[in-house]
Amino acid sequence: MIRADLTSSVVRSTGRLPEGAAVHKNVSARQRVGAIWQGLLFTCTMISIVILLLLLYNIANDAFGGIAVQQEVPTSEIYANRQPSDLSQEDLIGILTQRLRSRVLHNLERERPLAERTPADLIAIINAEVIKPELVAIYPLREYLFNRSEITAQLTQEFPRAEIRFKSWLSTSFITSPMASDAQGAGVRTAILGTLWMLGLTILFAFPLGIGAALYLEEYTSDRPFDVRSPVGRWLNTATDRLSTLIAINIYNLSGVPSIIYGILGLAIFVRALEPITSGQAFGQAADETANGRTIIAAALTMALLVLPVVIISAQEAIRAVPNSLRQASYGLGATRWQTIWRIVLPSAMPGILTGAILAISRAIGETAPLIVIGASTFIVTDPSGPFAKFTVLPIQIYNWTARPQGEFRAIAAAAIIVLLILLLSMNATAIILRNYLRSKRVS
Amino acid sequence: MADQARVATDPGGTVTTRPPLDLRRRPRIGEAIIQFILFACGLTSIFVTLGIVYVLGKESLLFFRDPTVSLVDFFTTTIWQPSIGKFGILPLVNATLMTSLIAMLVAIPLGLGAAIYLAEYASERARGILKPILELLAGVPTVVYGYFALTFVTPILRSVFGQDTVEIYNDLSAGIVVGILIIPIVATLSEDALSAVPTALRQAAFGLGATKFETAVHVVVPSALSGIVAAGIIAMSRAVGETMVVALAAGASPNFTFNPFKPAETMTGHIARISGGDLSYGTIDYTSIFAIGLILFVITMVLNILSRWVVQRFREVYE
Repeated sequence: MIRADLTSSVVRSTGRLPEGAAVHKNVSARQRVGAIWQGLLFTCTMISIVILLLLLYNIANDAFGGIAVQQEVPTSEIYANRQPSDLSQEDLIGILTQRLRSRVLHNLERERPLAERTPADLIAIINAEVIKPELVAIYPLREYLFNRSEITAQLTQEFPRAEIRFKSWLSTSFITSPMASDAQGAGVRTAILGTLWMLGLTILFAFPLGIGAALYLEEYTSDRPFDVRSPVGRWLNTATDRLSTLIAINIYNLSGVPSIIYGILGLAIFVRALEPITSGQAFGQAADETANGRTIIAAALTMALLVLPVVIISAQEAIRAVPNSLRQASYGLGATRWQTIWRIVLPSAMPGILTGAILAISRAIGETAPLIVIGASTFIVTDPSGPFAKFTVLPIQIYNWTARPQGEFRAIAAAAIIVLLILLLSMNATAIILRNYLRSKRVS
Repeated sequence: MADQARVATDPGGTVTTRPPLDLRRRPRIGEAIIQFILFACGLTSIFVTLGIVYVLGKESLLFFRDPTVSLVDFFTTTIWQPSIGKFGILPLVNATLMTSLIAMLVAIPLGLGAAIYLAEYASERARGILKPILELLAGVPTVVYGYFALTFVTPILRSVFGQDTVEIYNDLSAGIVVGILIIPIVATLSEDALSAVPTALRQAAFGLGATKFETAVHVVVPSALSGIVAAGIIAMSRAVGETMVVALAAGASPNFTFNPFKPAETMTGHIARISGGDLSYGTIDYTSIFAIGLILFVITMVLNILSRWVVQRFREVYE
C-alpha cells in the first residue's frame, strides 16, 4: 500500500521536500484529514451504541403503551358505580338474570347452578357475557405519551364508547400464566420453564464432555501412550498424535457451522433415529404420546453439541493459563497425572472454565433456529413434566408472536424479549459473581 | 508401596538378597482408563462432524434419487416450488448471497472503523467502556434482531423509500440487520489483529512524520491485513448461516430477484419455514431441507477453511 501511494500519487513523489510555508500547509492539511477521519472512525464506534439504544427503545416502546378498550355495556352502568367485590351474591345473580337472555342463563344454570357459584366466578361471567370488553386499538408507548390528543380524537370518531388506558404488557400475570390463544391472556410460564429445563440438561451434557475434551487436548496430547520400543506402539503413537491435531482443527471448524445445521443433525439423529430413547419409551416413561421424540431431552442434546466447541475452546484457554510450575510441583511430590489434574489444574482453571460456561449458556439461551428445526411446540399450555415432555422455549414464543401480523402479539413478543434479556443478564451476573468468588478463594 | 513392603520383611536388619530394583514406569490401569475416557470426549467432536456429513449426505442422496429431482436442474433452474415439483436452488442461494452482501456492506465499514478507532485512537479507559458494549451487541439473541428488523428497520425503510416500493418483507431490512449482528465479529477480530501489530512499526511511522491516521491506514492496517480479511470471511460465514433475522424479515416466498425491496427467501429461512410445520419423514420436503443444508454446510465450511488459510498464508510475523 505504501509503495502504491509513492508511485501513483504524483504530488508526493516530486523528489523534493516542501520548504518554507509549504511545509506548514502540507502538515496542517494532513492533520485536518486526520482529524476528519478520526471523527468518522469515532462515529463508526458510536453507531453500535446508538443501535443498541434503538433496539432497547424499540422493545420498550412496544412492550408498554396504551390500549383502547370498548365495553358493550359500560361497567359503571352495570354495577351502578359500586365496586363489584362489594356486591352480594344475590345482587350479582340479579344483574345476570336481568342482562342475559334466558337461553344463555339456562345453559349456565345447567353447567352449574348460579346460586352455588362463588362471587368471583359470577363477576367473571358478567365480565365475559355482559360487559364484553373488546380491544379496539393499541398504541406504542411513544404515541401514547406524546400524541395523546391526536389518538383520543381519532378514537372518539371511530369507537365513541372506547376508553384509553395504560397497559404494561409485561406483568406478573404475563410471567405466571401459560400460553393462550389471545394475546391479553397469554403468558410465558411454560416457555420459561422449558428454557430452564433445556439449559439445565444442556449444561449436564455439554460441560463434562467439553471439559474432558479440553483436558485431553491440553494435558495429554504431548503424551506417547503406547510402547515406543515396538513398531506397532510407535505407529499407534503417531496415529493418536495425528488424531489429536485433527480434533483441534475440527473443533475450530465446528464452531463455524451454522446453528441451523445442528438443528438438522438433531432432527435426523435425536428426534428420528433415537426416538425410542428421546421420547422416553425405552425407559417406560413417555410423558406424552404425541411427542414423537420432539422432547426437551432431544433439544438439550442438540444444544449440547452446538455449544460444545465454545465450551472446549474456552476451557482449553483456561487450562493453558494454569502455570506449569504448579503441575511440576505436584509431580515432584509424587502425584500421578490424574491427581495433578483433578487437585491442581482443574481448581485453578475453574474461574476461566466458568467464563466459558457463561458464553455457552448465553448462546444456548437465545438460540432459536435449531429448535425450530427439531420441532419445538409453539402452542403448549401444560408445564413440562420432565425431560421427555414436549416443550417450548422463550425464543420460539418470541419468533411465533413476532411472525403474527396483529399488533397485540407484537406487544407481547416485546414483553417476552424483556423477560429473555433479563433471564440472560441474571444468568451472566450469577456466573460472574461465582467466578469472582472462586477467584478470590484461590490462594495465588 | 512395594519398597516399603520389601524393607518391612527384612528381619532384624540383616541384608537378604533382594530382587533387582525395577525403575520402569509401572502401568497404572486407573490412569489409563481416565486417559481413554478423556480421549473419547475429544473424539465426540469428530463424531459430530462425521454425523453432520453422514446425515446431510444420506438424506440428500435420497432427495437427488427422487424422480422429480434432477441434479442439473437443481443447480441451474430458478424456480423453487416443491408443490409442483420444481427444485431449482438458485433463488434461495441468490437471496442468501444478497442478504450477506448487504450485511457485509454494513458491517465491514462500521466494524473496521470501530476496530481502528479502538485499537489506534481510544484511550485505555474509553476502550474499557466501548468494548464491553460491542460485546453486549454480540450477546443479544438473534431472534431479538429479527424482531428489530421487522418492527423497526422495515417501517423506517418503508417511510424513506415509499410504501409502494418497499414491501413488508424485504431483503434490504434483513440484510441491514444481519450486518448489525456481525459488526461485533468484524470489530473484535480486526481489533485483535490490529493490536497485535508491534508498536515499533507505529513509532517508525511517527518518526518519519506520518500523522496518526496515515500511520493507521498505511502501516498498521496493511500489517494486520491477513487478520482483517479473515475476520471478514468469518463474518460472511456467520451472515450466510444466520437464520432468525431472515426468517422473520425477508419473507417466505422463494423469488429469484435482485431487487432488495422485494421479499426473497434464503436457504436458512426456507429450512426454518419448512421444518416449522408438520414435516413427515421421508417426504420430498423432508429430504429437501437436507439437500439445502448440505449446500449451506459446504459454503460455510469453505469460508471457514479459507479464513484459516488466509491467516496462515499471509500473516506477517514480527520478532
